[in-house]
Amino acid sequence: MASKPGKVLVIGSGPIIIGQAAEFDYAGTQACKALREEGVTSVLVNSNPATIMTDEGIADIVYVEPLAVEVVERIIARERPDGLLPTLGGQTGLNLAVQLAESGILEKYNVRLLGTPLKTIQQAEERSLFKKLLLEIGEPVPESDTVSSVEEARQVAERLGLPLIVRPSYTLGGSGGGIASTMEELEIIVSGGLAASMSQEVLVEQCLLGWKEVEYEVMRDAADNCVTVCNMENIDPLGIHTGDSIVVAPSQTLSDKEYQMLRSASINIIRALGIEGGCNIQFALAPGPVVAQRWSPNLHREDGSLYYVIEVNPRVSRSSALASKATGYPIARVAAKVAVGKRLDEIQNKVTGKTMAAFEPALDYCVVKIPRWPFDKFRSGDRTLGSQMKATGEVMAIDRSFEAALHKAVRSLEFGRKTMLWEDPGWGKDNSLDSYPLHPNDLRLWALMAALRRNFGVEDIARHTGIDPWFLHKMRNIVDMERRLLSESLTPDLLLQAKRLGFSDEEVGTLADKLPEQVRQLRRNWGLLPTYKMVDTCAAEFAAQTPYFYSTYEAENEADPTPEAKSLVIGSGPIRIGQGIEFDYCSVHAAWALQAMSMKSIMVNSNPETVSTDFDTSDRLYFEPLDEESIRDILENEGLDRPPVPTPTAIVQFGGQTAINLAEPLSHSGASLLGSSAEAIDLAEDRGRFEDFLHRLGIPQPPGAGVASMEAALNVARLVGFPVLVRPSYVLGGMAMEIVHNESEMARYISSALEIGTKHPVLIDKYLQGKECEADAVCDGEQVLIPGIMEHIERAGVHSGDSMAIYPGINMTEDEVQTLVDYTTRIGLRLQIKGLMNVQFVIVPDRDNTAGGKSKVYVLEVNPRASRTIPFISKVTGVPVVRIAVKVMLGQSLKEQGYSGGLWPKQKLVGIKAPVFSMSKLAGVDTYLGPEMKSTGEVMGIDHTFEGALVKSLMAAGLMLPRRGAVLLSIADRDKSEALPIIRKLASLEYHMYATEGTASMIQGAGMQVRMITKKLTEGHPNVVDIIGDGAVDAVINTVTGGRVPLHDGFRIRRAAAERRIPCFTSMDTARVAVLALVNPPQAGQIYDVCPLGEYLTYRNPNT
Amino acid sequence: MTKKALLVLADGSAYEGTSFGAEVTAYGEVVFNTSMTGYQEMLTDPSYAGQILVPTYPLIGNYGVNDIDTESCRVQVRGFVVREHCPQPSHWYSTKTVHEYLAAAGIPGIAAVDTRAITRRLRSVGVMMGVITSSMGMNEAREYLRGLPKYDMVDYVATITTGAPYYWGDTVESASSSYRVVAMDCGLKYNIARILTRLGCSVTIVPCTTSAKEILALNPDGILLSPGPGDPALLGYIEDTVRELVGKRPMMGICLGHQILGRVFGADTFKLKFGHRGGNHPVCDLRTGRVHITAQNHGYAVDPDGLKGNVEVSHINLNDQTVEGLRHRELPIMSIQYHSEASPGPQDNTYLFERFLDMVREAR
Ligand SMILES: Nc1ncnc2c1ncn2[C@@H]1O[C@H](COP(=O)(O)OP(=O)(O)O)[C@@H](O)[C@H]1O
Ligand SMILES: Nc1ncnc2c1ncn2[C@@H]1O[C@H](COP(=O)(O)OP(=O)(O)O)[C@@H](O)[C@H]1O
Ligand SMILES: [Mg+2]
Ligand SMILES: [Mg+2]
Repeated sequence: MASKPGKVLVIGSGPIIIGQAAEFDYAGTQACKALREEGVTSVLVNSNPATIMTDEGIADIVYVEPLAVEVVERIIARERPDGLLPTLGGQTGLNLAVQLAESGILEKYNVRLLGTPLKTIQQAEERSLFKKLLLEIGEPVPESDTVSSVEEARQVAERLGLPLIVRPSYTLGGSGGGIASTMEELEIIVSGGLAASMSQEVLVEQCLLGWKEVEYEVMRDAADNCVTVCNMENIDPLGIHTGDSIVVAPSQTLSDKEYQMLRSASINIIRALGIEGGCNIQFALAPGPVVAQRWSPNLHREDGSLYYVIEVNPRVSRSSALASKATGYPIARVAAKVAVGKRLDEIQNKVTGKTMAAFEPALDYCVVKIPRWPFDKFRSGDRTLGSQMKATGEVMAIDRSFEAALHKAVRSLEFGRKTMLWEDPGWGKDNSLDSYPLHPNDLRLWALMAALRRNFGVEDIARHTGIDPWFLHKMRNIVDMERRLLSESLTPDLLLQAKRLGFSDEEVGTLADKLPEQVRQLRRNWGLLPTYKMVDTCAAEFAAQTPYFYSTYEAENEADPTPEAKSLVIGSGPIRIGQGIEFDYCSVHAAWALQAMSMKSIMVNSNPETVSTDFDTSDRLYFEPLDEESIRDILENEGLDRPPVPTPTAIVQFGGQTAINLAEPLSHSGASLLGSSAEAIDLAEDRGRFEDFLHRLGIPQPPGAGVASMEAALNVARLVGFPVLVRPSYVLGGMAMEIVHNESEMARYISSALEIGTKHPVLIDKYLQGKECEADAVCDGEQVLIPGIMEHIERAGVHSGDSMAIYPGINMTEDEVQTLVDYTTRIGLRLQIKGLMNVQFVIVPDRDNTAGGKSKVYVLEVNPRASRTIPFISKVTGVPVVRIAVKVMLGQSLKEQGYSGGLWPKQKLVGIKAPVFSMSKLAGVDTYLGPEMKSTGEVMGIDHTFEGALVKSLMAAGLMLPRRGAVLLSIADRDKSEALPIIRKLASLEYHMYATEGTASMIQGAGMQVRMITKKLTEGHPNVVDIIGDGAVDAVINTVTGGRVPLHDGFRIRRAAAERRIPCFTSMDTARVAVLALVNPPQAGQIYDVCPLGEYLTYRNPNT
Repeated sequence: MTKKALLVLADGSAYEGTSFGAEVTAYGEVVFNTSMTGYQEMLTDPSYAGQILVPTYPLIGNYGVNDIDTESCRVQVRGFVVREHCPQPSHWYSTKTVHEYLAAAGIPGIAAVDTRAITRRLRSVGVMMGVITSSMGMNEAREYLRGLPKYDMVDYVATITTGAPYYWGDTVESASSSYRVVAMDCGLKYNIARILTRLGCSVTIVPCTTSAKEILALNPDGILLSPGPGDPALLGYIEDTVRELVGKRPMMGICLGHQILGRVFGADTFKLKFGHRGGNHPVCDLRTGRVHITAQNHGYAVDPDGLKGNVEVSHINLNDQTVEGLRHRELPIMSIQYHSEASPGPQDNTYLFERFLDMVREAR
């Protein structure tokens, strides 16, 4: 066996995108900690600043740098690691490792690939090699062929027949794949897939729709010891990506023979691949008799256990994170140790403290995972689910029955306010199954429940959907209980039965005609309190040491209240647009800060992907929905009103909007909050109250008003002047925040708002054209510390989460900075914030010179909590913001901590945060930047110079333009003059330019060469979509006109760019910096530095 | 509609749930098994004779009961304790529900009890006698328990062994089978016979009371000592038979068979606090250093201290270091404490049958 490496490079997974979320922060963090335990020095590279793994104390040496071959080569040259661990950074890490290996860099610097050899990665990822290997070891695979052109695909279709599934190599989240039922679909999908695949080949495969999809997590060490950690059964059958499927663990409908058959196959496969570490294997298993009737009519009873191998991921994955949380077995930790030479039987099972990692967890509960889809944000998106993943995150719930786990998972979703009882009033109009959206889509669970409520039979629904009747019977149990709650009077026994099936107090209340609080009171009177049971990896066979709990209505409670002083950190739930990994980062730091203050930290969260739900992040973990009922139950279990047990406090500042929304109900119920009071939070969050508040402080805000009629809307708009920003004051289907430029656009917006028939007003604000800035701050009631101010590259009107942000601001005058500091300080003090807040500003220049050239600063909003930028600002300023805030909340003033108020000294570095989108995955979603957030993740470019930071942030975000290339321009009239200098630059760089009619004549008019391309898709070829699809252009610059309606030309252009995965700039500001970066292209010498994060920081707190 | 039932344990603890299966009172030693699948195999495993079984996995009966997954000719457990049993199983092979299966077999079950609480009690107090009843009250049941014989005092093997020798399959010896194996039935699981047959053996199953002479008269190429229930210390008569067979033919002992071999070679056996029952126990093969995940079902273990002569420990359990296998240094004799036949459980250990057959081949 090879010797143990002394220094290992770990590649992270980069920004959060659909298919690659927080699970890799969790995996990387665990792995770096494990390497340290093994005495191995870890060098980590990741471009994502919002990760725990890139923080001090996790890896030994941290690089926050773009995940690009040329960058990583420089890191390798500098650090000279012995080994590279490629399996922890998702598909990104794996692909980068392959590129490093294939370009000879690993060999050049004598770096060994650990865990998974190159050949194995190729065998598992290259679909044709994989198939060959499986056939060699006697494992069945569906009929298929690898093709590298559309023509070849057509031939395969003639041989195998349709439908077929297209599966590209080396991609993730099913990217670029899809199911084709017609030749036309096949052609479209294959050409998209070829574009997406790193190796320009796709597999065209027999489609096994309706088969069961079952996954196994397998571990193997160098001594060839193998274990399976867990298996998981997808409720949604094959054809729906596992990441988009509702999943149970362990499998429910497999007999022992089937369970063991697939387990043996898994071990067979991991051995053949020679993986040292973990891998995920996906199988198709024959559907049961009812489903088979429709989906696989030729199956016979003897074929009941037929299976095929679908895929192997030779690395840790989303599923392995789920399996780790579902079982308590830390897959990434074990995989890292195995990769540096440990045997499974030499690694301790930290959960039991007694046994070793060479065992298989036994579950004595049922786990349900439900994906979290972004369609509450992207209302025009195509909600249909298929082999390409669309979910941004997921929730997990644990209970002793499937019904309860399902119920709790739905409660954790925070999908609007939909409980399991929700139904769309438009469903079921003609009393047929077809009138419920039972095809794969994000609302299918609710549609299933609705159909069951209307007495459609389990078997009919099973045939219709391919979902095994077992799951539908369980759902019908829920419906039966709903009926009893509707018709019977509530008794202790009935209520207990309902709680055992997972009904929330709110649902019981709705059905039994009581308020949730009354149901809670009844529960108390009747002694119906949840018990908490431990996730211990061994089904209670051994006494476990790790306090990881879930609630259930059973006889015995295992979670005695923590006897020490403690506080509950309320996490942020599933990753979704607008509430991402940043809040998990904050929650984890909050837990650690509590521990540093000798308090016990108790974490509550429902997201299996995260570091916060790792078993050793906090002193205690409750895996629970983040709603009022469950938090109050936990607080009570931890000794609220139970002296002499110390009363637990709750922290709501770090878990994003989810946690902050609980401030009021928790405080109302008598819980004590740590930090800012519920009253302070309400003052900042309530629009009307906040307006008055700012007014009294004399701090300007955009003028505006709420309106309820067309006439009033037009009046307000005339009064404040167009353009205006309009938004519903209450979330409405189909309505979002928009910038409205004129009366006709206003008429369209208001009439559609009125059509929806809301009683809630529409809010109209003057749209302030100016520079957007934001500041995070820590307040202790006496002083306000502002670690840094960030200036956005995009002007106000682009959501702060979608803007590139620079630290420190580079275009702000000293006066403006002073005003920002002054406003922030006064707001913090007057709101009596204890802990964190974030303030967003617009700086409007004195355009018509009425204020003597002095700009004016407006406050857009104040968030009385940790914001999205906390990880970024902590990293670029070196100020441990969350730790300071928690200490403040526990009563240590800033002064006592060695800090003073005001703006923290500027670092001599430049940090640029850039957003990352997942638009190629979301058909039908318009990609233009506006006031509604759309990005899923972020990267950071940090350097000693602006140029370096800019180039790195663009590289990491995938927005760097090639040195020479071609661009398509289609620019709205009002932006044309602004675009001209950018176009001149492009021309001087010898860029080829294509443009639509108006834009082309402007460019010609300015004396530059351009090729005109029609945007009318019906008027001959090539049109705009053709040239994007052909790969003729490397980027698109397209700004929007009013009246964005899907199917308009602009929308088509933007979608085509998203599908082709080329940058599409919809803000002139982003385009400007992207072109600016080209003037100093990275290829031209070393415009950027590559060094460990700590080396950029020049100023540190002398007191800490 | 659902009738109440009680599970009362010898330490006085009582659990109220609902009755399923047959509505009768039954007692036995209460044990837990941590496998997540394979309830039908467990129910029919003769090693559970005299015991009430508590699967720790809460959802039981999901894929029903079929004609294939039986490990003996009847339901062997005395009673079944579950969190939830499934009235609507879903599977190609399912012919009935667990409830129907137990009811037809006259075996009681109790559901809707906190099986994890019961498991934790058994883990901390140790396995103990218990009673399932839907007719007695709590105190009555406690009283009843006191008067019952202890599990460790009954020879369950005698009650379940086959009445007469029989051949596995229809034919005495198919032309293709290369070895003749005689299996001593102390509680044989069918899958042992199935695997041996698949590996080309003809298998004759004989009662545990068969004498060495009778066994040798069948002219076997190898002898298999089967698993089975109860305290091996009560089985002196089988020990005597085995002692006589040592050195005559290659032998493989599984579970109870392993314990008997251990005793024959001078070791003592002792009762484990709560046994090993599940499909996830790591066992280290001391010769290769390899770890195997094993299916286990035993309440007693071999104490290696007394081992005499040329017998050595070949396998140990990585959880508690107990003996999991023995090997004779000279004679073709091997034994394992766990279940190489799986069913239920991981199939990683069928290689042991091949190892046995290698010995048989060499000895011939
Ligand atoms: N042969 C097939 N027939 C039907 N569906 C399939 C087939 N192969 C894959 N799928 C579906 O496509 C999904 C994505 O395919 P997969 O190869 O696992 O992509 P990824 O690499 O993104 O995980 C799977 O989860 C499965 O539901
Ligand atoms: N009055 C305004 N003028 C210009 N831009 C605005 C105005 N109000 C909001 N915005 C833009 O809309 C974005 C989102 O608005 P905000 O009120 O911060 O909503 P959220 O709560 O989603 O963060 C801001 O980041 C800013 O770019
Ligand atoms: Mg997959
Ligand atoms: Mg905002």
